[in-house]
Amino acid sequence: MKRLAFAAALILFATAPFWVGGSFYVNILSQILIGAIFALSLDVLVGYAGLISLGHAGLFGVAAYGVAIALNAGLGHLAAVAIGLGLALAVTALFAVLALRTTGIGFMMITLALGQILWGLAYRWVDLTNGDNGLGASSRPTPFGFSLAAPVAFYYATLIAVCLALVAIAVFTRSAFGASLKGTRDQPRRMTALGYHVWMIRFFAFLFSGFWSAIAGILFFYYNQFISPHALALSASAEVLLMVIAGGSATLYGPVAGAALVVVMKSVASAYIARWNFALGAIFVAIVLFMPEGLVPGTQRLLRRGFNAQRSRASAPAEGG
Amino acid sequence: MTTALELKGLDKSFGGLRVTKGVDLAVVPGERRLIIGPNGAGKTTLFNLITGETKPDRGSVALFGADITGLPSRRRAHLGMARTYQIITLFPKDTLLHNVMLSLLGLTALRWNPWTRLDRNEALRERARAALAAVGLSHLAERPLAQTSYGERRRVEIAMALSQNPRLLLLDEPFAGLSIDERRDVQKLLFNIPREVTLVMIEHDMDTALDLAARISVMHFGEIVVDGTRAEVVAHPKTKEIYLGE
Amino acid sequence: MSLWLILTVNSVTLGGLLFLLSAGFSLIFGLMRIPNLTHGSFFMLGAYLGASLVLYYQVDFWLAALAAAVLVAVFGGVLERFVLRRLAGAEQAQVLVTLGVSFMVADLCLMVWTGDPLSIDPPEALSGAARILGLTFSSFRLAIIFVALVIAAALWLLLDGTRLGAMIRAGVDDPQMARVCGIRVSHLFTIVFCLGAGLAGFAGMMGGPILSVYPGLDSDMLPLALVVVILGGTGSLLGSLVGSFVVGFLYNFGQALVPELAYFVLFLPMVLILVARPQGLFGRRAP
Repeated sequence: MKRLAFAAALILFATAPFWVGGSFYVNILSQILIGAIFALSLDVLVGYAGLISLGHAGLFGVAAYGVAIALNAGLGHLAAVAIGLGLALAVTALFAVLALRTTGIGFMMITLALGQILWGLAYRWVDLTNGDNGLGASSRPTPFGFSLAAPVAFYYATLIAVCLALVAIAVFTRSAFGASLKGTRDQPRRMTALGYHVWMIRFFAFLFSGFWSAIAGILFFYYNQFISPHALALSASAEVLLMVIAGGSATLYGPVAGAALVVVMKSVASAYIARWNFALGAIFVAIVLFMPEGLVPGTQRLLRRGFNAQRSRASAPAEGG
Repeated sequence: MTTALELKGLDKSFGGLRVTKGVDLAVVPGERRLIIGPNGAGKTTLFNLITGETKPDRGSVALFGADITGLPSRRRAHLGMARTYQIITLFPKDTLLHNVMLSLLGLTALRWNPWTRLDRNEALRERARAALAAVGLSHLAERPLAQTSYGERRRVEIAMALSQNPRLLLLDEPFAGLSIDERRDVQKLLFNIPREVTLVMIEHDMDTALDLAARISVMHFGEIVVDGTRAEVVAHPKTKEIYLGE
Repeated sequence: MSLWLILTVNSVTLGGLLFLLSAGFSLIFGLMRIPNLTHGSFFMLGAYLGASLVLYYQVDFWLAALAAAVLVAVFGGVLERFVLRRLAGAEQAQVLVTLGVSFMVADLCLMVWTGDPLSIDPPEALSGAARILGLTFSSFRLAIIFVALVIAAALWLLLDGTRLGAMIRAGVDDPQMARVCGIRVSHLFTIVFCLGAGLAGFAGMMGGPILSVYPGLDSDMLPLALVVVILGGTGSLLGSLVGSFVVGFLYNFGQALVPELAYFVLFLPMVLILVARPQGLFGRRAP
């Protein structure tokens, strides 16, 4: 059943540019996919490590700025991407060393502070980042000779990236290391007594998370061919966190659903509903009240209940009446 | 002969309260030692000091002759120290099999592997099944822990501890919260643990525990006040004072 | 010299405002372990409501501030009683809901009051300057400091001198034990949440003449409140007081002296303190 759904989704996404109705909508899909990668990266920490970060937009933004600054310094795309990734990983390691001193709300606060520091730097270090005016890119890269300038081409590049991310995260969470990580989420004290190095496990998970946030940030930069400090603001970190929780943390497709929800509301619904921000907030509250485990697990639960009800109705036709 | 566990002058205070006062303890390999004492005597804190979850203010801990006082808790598991807890803290959403697999995984290098699927690892699964079989829980291997009884969870915990092939097993009130039948099951389990494993047990339930232990240490207000064979301890005036007097 | 003096007074003033804002957050988190990310919205809502009362209904400043506090307190109470109470212990759900509500409040405020900032005049009596020790200070800024200290004293009296306060402190130290002792913890939660929200709303109105009221005020104030609470330690009134003034100074002096690194100067000490002492300067348990 799951395989079928996955195959259907893959076909839908793969053929999307042909039926979605114009490059505006193809771009929306690209935004959804970039958001999905970002949300998936955060879910590694939120869902599987049990650590809620409110500073991930900082990691996302550092990668983007890394690429932007390198490009503006005259480097080619490959070198720029390498620099962006390297810089983001270094900053992630720093984040991790500082934030992993605590868990729970202490962790939330440190990551929030670190994210704000990066935002402040992007905003104020004008000589480096051009401040509020942001940095742009004159072109998109051409990997293996394919130009990503057109919306459809960029969309397919993003789709490939999402599939890679999904595979990587699926493999990661089902591995022995993934089981160790989930163990530290559920019973950190017991895990230590069992011989696990809880801090180191969380550190590596953080790096893995930071890597995919960086990928999302780099894609985001090339999508807009522009990066500004706003992408590192607290609201951006909050937004991606909401994508994860609303979609369903510790699931593979929850973050994807969450990203779709937020991007659709922001980019599409905003054209029809003036108060889309209010509507989005109301949807979040509704999810918490009726599907607290998130959209994807919640829908699965409802479908299962529907199937069970059908089955019992079919097997007991003589009841009642 | 090297002792299995040797504590010298262990001291621990929390704020103004001295919870462990100059504790000396020597357990020989293969021994079954029982630590008893009224509530608040500091027995669980002593265990925490032995496993490294709490750092002592003074004193030393030696495992089979090696000083482990400064060793972090997680390394002690790799040296053959295993422990069960007063309050069972296992992984409720996972199956019994997965719980045991986690305890096996903790001591192998595999725990760092981020690509091969864990649930397909046949070798680990077999070892986990064997551990569950040894405690009579094979039939519940695929059951989520949350859907098992307290007695069954206690046996899973012991299975997990034994699956690590420990040299020293610390049991913190293993009979707590169990029915009479469950107590008998656990008692049988503990009796059958081979002599290669040294047992140190904290217990309240004197009847079940006294059968298991050869030597008993009585703790009161953070100190070991009586230490000897079962007969010696039972006859000692201080024991009577602590449990019957006051 | 006068620049330092002005900065100092402004820092102490901001500290006073931050104390009013974060004392509530600290109590709420200390007692209920809820990271109330709606707290910035309470501040902004109080400012908008109070400003409207003054500007459109010619209500006296202090009366408006009190009314705003009460209205926000009621809103907080409703939020706690009907939404947050059902989510005890579910940290992610609490984050989602408090953020979701803050979205809704922010958009609602935008709809009602539009995007133009509102400026509130300080009350007549305090609109001038005062001369103390030969130096001139803005009367209103002095008043804020005074009010913050009075409320700090009142809160301290409440926590240390009343039965309610004892129950709150017990709940902060050990909620399970408190329940066992017969303390109606759920009622306590609602009272504390209302108190915290009301304080934040009051702070919003008090800050009006200085900060004015504008969309985005909530997300400007929330991180500052979080820094204060983390620096000072959750559940500690003294911690909130000290933390507020520290942050007030860091923020103002940072902005004035090193504008490029203003956020660095503000958040780095918080990170360092958290790293060295996860429970904050005066906190009891690690968060």
